[in-house]
Amino acid sequence: MTQRVWIRGGRVLDPASGRDGPADVLIEAGRIVEVAERLESVADAEEVDAHGLWVVPGFVDLHAHLREPGQEYKEDIASGGRAAAAGGFTTVCCMANTDPVNDDPSVTDYILDRARKDSPVRVLPVAAATRGLAGEVMTEMSALVAAGAVAFSDDGKTIMDSGMQRRVLEYSRLVERPVIVHAEDRTLVGDGVVNEGAVSTRLGLPGNPAIAEVVHVARDLLLAELTGAHLHVAHVSTAGAVAHVREARARGVHVTAEVSPHHLTLTDEATLGYDPNTKMAPPLRSKEDVAACIEGLADGTLDAIATDHAPHAVHEKEVEFTAAPPGVLGFETAFAVVLELVRRGQLSPLQLIAALSRNPARVLGLAMGRLERGAAGDVVLLDPARRWVYDPTQGFSKSRNSPWAGRELEGRVLATWVSGRLVYQQDRGVLTP
Amino acid sequence: MMGRGLLAIEDLEREDIELILETAFHMKEVGRREVKKVPTLRGRTIINLFFESSTRTRTSFEIAGKRLSADVVNFSPSASSLTKRESILDTAKTLDAMDPDAVVIRHNVAGVPKQIADQLAAPVINAGDGAHEHPTQALLDLMTVVEEKGRIDGLTVTIIGDIAHSRVARSNIQAFTKMGAEVRVVGPPTMMPAQVETLGVKAFRSLREAIDGADVVMALRIQLERLAGALFPSVREYSATFGLDRAKLRFAKDDAIVMHPGPVNRGVELSHDLADRRPSVVLDQVRNGVALRMAVLYLLAGQKRAEAQA
Repeated sequence: MTQRVWIRGGRVLDPASGRDGPADVLIEAGRIVEVAERLESVADAEEVDAHGLWVVPGFVDLHAHLREPGQEYKEDIASGGRAAAAGGFTTVCCMANTDPVNDDPSVTDYILDRARKDSPVRVLPVAAATRGLAGEVMTEMSALVAAGAVAFSDDGKTIMDSGMQRRVLEYSRLVERPVIVHAEDRTLVGDGVVNEGAVSTRLGLPGNPAIAEVVHVARDLLLAELTGAHLHVAHVSTAGAVAHVREARARGVHVTAEVSPHHLTLTDEATLGYDPNTKMAPPLRSKEDVAACIEGLADGTLDAIATDHAPHAVHEKEVEFTAAPPGVLGFETAFAVVLELVRRGQLSPLQLIAALSRNPARVLGLAMGRLERGAAGDVVLLDPARRWVYDPTQGFSKSRNSPWAGRELEGRVLATWVSGRLVYQQDRGVLTP
Repeated sequence: MMGRGLLAIEDLEREDIELILETAFHMKEVGRREVKKVPTLRGRTIINLFFESSTRTRTSFEIAGKRLSADVVNFSPSASSLTKRESILDTAKTLDAMDPDAVVIRHNVAGVPKQIADQLAAPVINAGDGAHEHPTQALLDLMTVVEEKGRIDGLTVTIIGDIAHSRVARSNIQAFTKMGAEVRVVGPPTMMPAQVETLGVKAFRSLREAIDGADVVMALRIQLERLAGALFPSVREYSATFGLDRAKLRFAKDDAIVMHPGPVNRGVELSHDLADRRPSVVLDQVRNGVALRMAVLYLLAGQKRAEAQA
């Protein structure tokens, strides 16, 4: 079916070409065939009036937890895929901490098979760096890449053994894929659950110090430099880590980094009411850390915004703060939450869209995140001025653990196309599969 | 403040504290009578919900409730919700269905009384939550100091020990600073919470400097089993450096009093003879605890239900 979609008169933001202005976008047979200031007439096309709206490349999320296989009560590839589509994400990387762990090509195959059948968006599996995330034996990286893994990470099961981490980075050069690190020195984290500082002191909850992240980032940057491997630092949350990444990149270390919407917009003060939906790993940090993350994103030290979408069931979160699992939902609120940085003048619209689309694609060496002739028809229609109240019970995720529940947000995803196929429309919901 | 319970000294205004103390002194008279019972809370139900065992505090609340003629029920679920698969919300809803007039909660994790209070119609009294607050302890300490000194305003209060893990310290810092005292803290650097000065205190390393000129010296209980070797090298070194005895106490004011929330590790936080003799007021603290908790129960559980729910 050679369906044509003619998106007319929107503000087209294409970080790859630097285009920011009114233009028409024509999608045909799953690809973008034309981007021009004005197309006169297109036969047999479905027309979309985008006047007053933004037309941008589909978002690419480097960091999400889809929970399948094994924890389908929290989320599965179908529900997570729908939530992603509703958030404007057309490509999502899913972390390996499933049950069983994605440390074997058979699990990677399973995930990709489910995604083909159930998910409206592309799913790219991140495989474990070590068997069972145990930090002891490397995974079969070549076989995993052949099966479709795009990167390697033990994520929250940070590899503490420096010798092991060196081997993982070294070996990753064979497959030329990034090693993604959740940088927290567990011996410094201890039993910490909130950022160590005035807030942890007031709350009487064990503190997780910023230095736990900084020390680990510094170690891994040195190991990346030694090995020449591509290190990708997940969810940077501290001023110290931003500074170390900036400095290492300047001296030629192959490092990329991401930051989450919550670490860009919330501080540890959000935790003052003991709401377990404000518990994340790494924790929400100080004002100074948030400012440094925004600055790092603006100057390019931090490449991408990644959601760290981490669904947990209500009964798991409605417990003592220390017992609640860390993590919050991210897909459906990401754009509205980070658009705040544009309203404050801290990022240009083009920079924001780059951080959500082109830059994360580039971290993985993928061609996505472009709005130009020949690119995949992954397109999102956004209304930057639309106000709405986020209610997770009405969302597409199976879980509800969001710090933005009940909050009025500004900026909404109106429609999402994946390979030219309309998968989400705000007033009709997720349309496929 | 008091409509929704007593969760933290941080939530109280100075006037609230004054009202509670004034009420507590009236209640203390009841304890001196031959028949130590008044009918004030007859027909009211108080649940003591102690997730963490505490014979002293629970007994104090129980006696306080009984002296006011309330029906007091002790409920001590041992397992955490992690092992019991029962959420805090379930516990709260179950309790709410029993229609209590007040719920007294002790839990080893900070914030749990607040999490439960958010779901309950009845007022919640925090009897100690993790390293967060222990508001009735701080109020009874204020009461004891008022008895001894006649005032709080302008006094210098030094708190010694494990400030980081102490709910007694947090509540007392809030309570004494709100009432106009200068609060100092001292202890091993490994036991100081991050940015402790943001609580409005002065932090010291030297015990001698910290108690220099103090009116009140309060030693905190050290959890020997858990912390020795981890946060300080040995009990011997701790007691030599931060343990209080009459020789070290000479640096405080001549009429300084010594306090301790109990139970005392004799020879560690306080020397043996300081533990139960003047200028130590440890047993007065215990005595005042009952009166103070009577006052809090009277002010909270004595309200009409409609008011409590408002």
